[in-house]
Amino acid sequence: MLESAFFYLFASLAVVSALAVVLARNTMHSVMALIFCFFNASGLFFLLDAEFLGIILILIYVGAVMVLFMFVIMMLEVNMAKLREGFLQYLPVGGMLALILLVELIAAGSSGVFEGKVAEHLGGDVNNTAEIGKILYTKYLLGFEIAAIILLVALVGAVVLTLRGRKDARYQNISAQVKVRKEDRLRKVRM
Amino acid sequence: MVPLSSYLAVGACLFSIGVVGLFLNRKNVITILMCIELILLAVNINFAAFSHFLGDLGGQIMVFFVLTVAAAEVAVGLAILVSFYRLRRSIEIEDINTLQG
Repeated sequence: MLESAFFYLFASLAVVSALAVVLARNTMHSVMALIFCFFNASGLFFLLDAEFLGIILILIYVGAVMVLFMFVIMMLEVNMAKLREGFLQYLPVGGMLALILLVELIAAGSSGVFEGKVAEHLGGDVNNTAEIGKILYTKYLLGFEIAAIILLVALVGAVVLTLRGRKDARYQNISAQVKVRKEDRLRKVRM
Repeated sequence: MVPLSSYLAVGACLFSIGVVGLFLNRKNVITILMCIELILLAVNINFAAFSHFLGDLGGQIMVFFVLTVAAAEVAVGLAILVSFYRLRRSIEIEDINTLQG
């Protein structure tokens, strides 16, 4: 009973805050709503016995990704009123498409194919993090390494994209220094 | 006991809201990126729900990978946005037409 109550609490708050993300006038308010949505989704993960993922969602998304969003919004000076132009212009087609999608997805989800699967909650002696670690480093080792390479490429790519060399910076040209000969620098002057 | 279809319904709602957000905020790149995050979150909820109800931890591993790719995508996307802003002093989608795509 308590589980159902918490499920409906987290689910309704997640959906409401997702609506706020889309409809908010100010982009910073959208970010705040998305952070709230991630907290509620993390609560849903806890209800699904995925404690590790719930914590990771808060750490990575709220702690890193959304802070990055905020950082960029504060750094860029953007005219919000101009960005909101044409907001209602696409509401009919977008709303229609999303409504059809929603009805189809819910119909598929509640069609009865997925019924009858009842999962008991794991006891307190099962360590979710340890189980994930066991399977991640054995069966999914290749995927883990590919994920690591993707993160490395994204890191280097982000740095390269935003790197801006200063025009007035002073560099030391090593090869020119090594190649220089005595005649280039030294001049005999007759006194 | 919350059935699997309830979790799937939550995922469907978040996914649809993300899609309608893509349509409504066609000018604001930052909001579009946030809507993509919403869509990925919906997928993650579905993965976790199936993982729980089928008793297979592979779903949670998939959530892990989706999180990784989403973080990388946001980092690169925002870096492109910042360098574009330096070039044009604007982040409107309509100004991004140099390639005539």
